[in-house]
Amino acid sequence: MNALLGPAELEALGLSLNVAARSVCFSLPLAVLAAWVLTRTRFPGRTLFDAFVHLPLVLPPVAVGYVLLVLFGARGVLGAWLQRHLGIELAFTTAGAALATAVMSFPLMVRAIRLSLENVDRGLEDAARTLGAAPFDRFLSITLPLMLPGILAGAVTAFAAGLGEFGAVITFASNVPGVTRTLPLALYTAMQSPTGDALALRLAVLSFTLGLLGLLAAELLVRRVRTLLGR
Amino acid sequence: MLRVSVLWRRPGFNLEATFAAPTPGVIALFGPSGSGKTTLVNMIAGLVAPDSGEIRLGEELLTDTRAGIAVAVERRRIGYVFQDARLFPHLSITANLRYGEKRARGVPRFIDFDEVVALLGLEALLARRPRQLSGGERQRVALGRALLAQPRLLLLDEPLASIDVARREEVLPYLERLRDRLAIPMVYVSHQFEEVLRLATHMVLLESGRVVAEGSVSAMSLRPELQRVVGPDLVGAVLDGVVKRLDPANGSAELAIGTGTLQVSLQGVPLGTRVRLQVLARDVILAIQPVQGLSVRNALAGTVTTITKDEWGALVTMDVGGAAVLARITDNALTALRLRPGDAAWTLFKAVSTRGHAFRLAGAPQGGN
Repeated sequence: MNALLGPAELEALGLSLNVAARSVCFSLPLAVLAAWVLTRTRFPGRTLFDAFVHLPLVLPPVAVGYVLLVLFGARGVLGAWLQRHLGIELAFTTAGAALATAVMSFPLMVRAIRLSLENVDRGLEDAARTLGAAPFDRFLSITLPLMLPGILAGAVTAFAAGLGEFGAVITFASNVPGVTRTLPLALYTAMQSPTGDALALRLAVLSFTLGLLGLLAAELLVRRVRTLLGR
Repeated sequence: MLRVSVLWRRPGFNLEATFAAPTPGVIALFGPSGSGKTTLVNMIAGLVAPDSGEIRLGEELLTDTRAGIAVAVERRRIGYVFQDARLFPHLSITANLRYGEKRARGVPRFIDFDEVVALLGLEALLARRPRQLSGGERQRVALGRALLAQPRLLLLDEPLASIDVARREEVLPYLERLRDRLAIPMVYVSHQFEEVLRLATHMVLLESGRVVAEGSVSAMSLRPELQRVVGPDLVGAVLDGVVKRLDPANGSAELAIGTGTLQVSLQGVPLGTRVRLQVLARDVILAIQPVQGLSVRNALAGTVTTITKDEWGALVTMDVGGAAVLARITDNALTALRLRPGDAAWTLFKAVSTRGHAFRLAGAPQGGN
């Protein structure tokens, strides 16, 4: 087993976990908001917004990385502003890898959350209203807990997918060892090296195992929460 | 007073309802399915906005489309017990009950947690989850939850509709207790006449989105509009009286109604209890001479007020000492007796025919419990 997790593998694994965790933390609140807007509001341009949210699903990841580079790169509109006012640097950093991962997994998360929100019985929210609960109170005490299975499923799936994001990360954040070289990037690098066959195999097995564990965890968690919620 | 005057138009359905009902008391919104009862209570709750009109509880305007007033649902302080209970599945029964109570800070309180638990018999349910409860238990919890929000008005939308007929007794007696012990006005939606008989003090009859009649339950029982809705078998005068004498050996009691007394089958009620009695028109016999040697316990002298002919024969309204009694007779009987309005006649009905049609209205005035 020691042979499986050498320093290079551990570094890539740690980085992947770090990037995936950060991307989930960043995108989760926004995904809940987007799911809410898509499910509960009607406004002109809603269909366009819906398409925009789902865009990363169909775009080549490299294109997403390129757009991010244009926007958030050192000379990009937003990137320059962030660096000047908040001192945040995104291009070629771990945070940047997390941003690219978050954008790519965003549609997955929104879909899961949206599905659970659509299943929340509006009648329960009406009941809460008659009991004196104002809108935000109602959301926190009724809607959000009832959406929890979907939120958790979305978060875990996005996390598992985020461990393996390749195209957007390598385009936007590059392939810097110890900074942005996550599992798939390390795997790709190993494949390019004439002596990297064994490393590549180990990294591939590791990715495969992680993905499987992630999906299993999501399923079990959702079942557990459903029981707790009384369904 | 609860005053409602609303207009709501949708393709295929128009609601155009106006009524004014006294509070406190139980106002029954009665009518066939699809007559607009639920839409109307949703408007009172504020969950549905009328196209135009106003809703006023006491002095306060809740909705006034002309003045642009629409008090938010969460600020109306109107409790709502839905047909399907709508308990929060992720919360325990205690947390469900406390939900509205927590949000009723700074509101005048008339009932606390322990009183609600005792009143509705919820003690054994508190630690459970909604999915572990029977339909009747759920409705009792929903009632308690609504009450603890300290509402000024309680709306009940067919609270028994989703419960098996045999299990309705798990809820009905509790509703009677609420009516008798709390001064909170209630609007009770139903299409079951028996529930209305047992609970209501005022009745609003809806048909295809319109209020066709309203008034006290006794007055309404004489209206042809109501008779048409309840059907020929349930037509009968409703009389409110007081228990004057008990005959436990006989299983019967004497009720003072109007200026006269009636013998009815009734057990387990103390003297002085107010009782509501329905005398089914088809159980009543009319005689134009005093009769003797019959087992009938009630033979009351009175005067014919009106005679209505319909497809089932004739419905005769008798004035018996200030109370009205309906009698259903055939056309042949009407011809044979030659009855006309103003004629004197005897109204006969058996004490046992009132069994199951007499309901206790409120606890004994002595306030035994």
